Amino acid sequence: MSAVHAAFDSAPLPRMLWKQTQAQVVNSARIPAFSLTTILLPIMFFAFFGLSHTHETLAGSRVSIGAYLMGSFGAYAVSSAMVFNFGIGVAVARAQKLDLLQRATPLPASIAIAATVINALLFALISLLALFAFAILAGGVHLPLATWVDLTLRLLVGAIPLIGMGMAIGYAAGPNSAPAVTNLIYLPMSFASGLFVPIAELPQVVRNIAPYLPTYHYGQIAWNAIGAPTESMEEAVLALALWTVILFALAIRFFRLDQTRKFA
Amino acid sequence: MVRVIAVQLDDVRKRLGTVEAVRGVDLTIEAGQVVAMLGPNGAGKTTCISLMLGLRKPTSGQVSLFGMPPSDRRARSRCGVMLQESGVIPSLKVKELVDLFRSYYPHPMKAARAIDLAGLAEQAEVQSSKLSGGQRQRLYFALAVCGDPEIIFLDEPTVGMDVEARRAFLSGIHEFAAAGRTIMLTTHYLAEADELAERIVVMNRGLVIADASPREIKSRVAGKKVRFASPRPLSEVDLDGLDVKSFEHDGRYYSFLSNAPEPVLQRIFQLGLEMTDLEVAGADLEEAFVSLTSQHEESVA
Repeated sequence: MSAVHAAFDSAPLPRMLWKQTQAQVVNSARIPAFSLTTILLPIMFFAFFGLSHTHETLAGSRVSIGAYLMGSFGAYAVSSAMVFNFGIGVAVARAQKLDLLQRATPLPASIAIAATVINALLFALISLLALFAFAILAGGVHLPLATWVDLTLRLLVGAIPLIGMGMAIGYAAGPNSAPAVTNLIYLPMSFASGLFVPIAELPQVVRNIAPYLPTYHYGQIAWNAIGAPTESMEEAVLALALWTVILFALAIRFFRLDQTRKFA
Repeated sequence: MVRVIAVQLDDVRKRLGTVEAVRGVDLTIEAGQVVAMLGPNGAGKTTCISLMLGLRKPTSGQVSLFGMPPSDRRARSRCGVMLQESGVIPSLKVKELVDLFRSYYPHPMKAARAIDLAGLAEQAEVQSSKLSGGQRQRLYFALAVCGDPEIIFLDEPTVGMDVEARRAFLSGIHEFAAAGRTIMLTTHYLAEADELAERIVVMNRGLVIADASPREIKSRVAGKKVRFASPRPLSEVDLDGLDVKSFEHDGRYYSFLSNAPEPVLQRIFQLGLEMTDLEVAGADLEEAFVSLTSQHEESVA
């Protein structure tokens, strides 16, 4: 009987991950509100804050302000893709009960989550490349090829703790409150970390708080890549690693709470 | 042929908050059976399905799917599911979703066949968020069968379907069952259970109160509800020996359920009661179950 051939068998996980990621990417691409804001906002910010200063250099270094701000908004682009798009995406998917049917299929939850993360990273990469292209063409930013590659890798790998933050918000907040909660946490955090205005220009109180924020250290590794003066990279990496542990612990806790609520 | 046990529940209980939704259910479903679980809202049908699928864990008792814990990926790879409350990635097209769900299973059927079984060939290129309610249900059916599973679980599958959608859907189920597959569906329509299943499991208040062929269930469920007013008192004893269930009276109004209301009415006329406001109507399922439940409680007592 043909029904018996499937006994003690299951589908290959790499293929599941590939298909699931493909589905997420197609879905994101079909929602312009998602794909366009991810790509256009960092370019817009760079145009507003950066274009008028592109030829000045940063005090005490040879790095141009244009390159420095490109690093800032690059960090903003990737971190907002993780916290906003990924976090709010998780909250909305929960509200649409996507996870309910999925949970009854052989698709492991880890594969489903990995696909969403890969999708967010892919859009983050696209928005980075768009920002870089704009900075080169409109802002006259010039960096050696190795630096471009280094900056891109640092921004993608350094975003790991922020994936944890997006996930924590996504599993804790409802679909209506998620955007508000995200704005409330993420926007002040980005400002205080110097992603919009250089830290040196921020009030002393904020400068005292900044080193306790994950986005501060995230910004530091980006600026370091283009040669701007920063804290030591050992310090930045250690802080980001610590934040990774904290934020993922929170994310896993909220994920479990959500699952218990639905499936206990 | 070796009999394969698809689903087994042993003295399963499930408490949801303060309510005991399932109160000790034993059930064995053999591979190849088409079983309908029938019961009014709140009977515990959906909870039972969730337990069979491992979406919820029993408070006590054992649940197994093909001899494995239901959450085992190998067990899930043999099941297709259609839930009452679920969603899919909204901007994906029917064809894309079927293709995605096929990748979850080791030996899926061709996407076109799943779409045909669900009667969605014309909507294959439509985004899921743009489907009507009935088409959406049929999409969920396509997703349930596309892995070519040995068993499909369908929780209230025809809710929200119009006549045409329902017909297409039922023929899809028949076609799938004809391939020797196991089907477990829940419904609160006796007619639907009768039309589809070879076995009906009736649930009420968390218990299985009947488990038999559709023919037998139909003969045991009260078919008619009789209601009338009479100025003179009537006692249930007066109707002794006749098919009368759930005899009630409220002031001048009397009502009862029966599969043979004519001889009962004849007796009442012979008793010389003046009858007004006589109504004889088909009993709805809720009422029919009350009569089954009271029988069940009598037989337990």
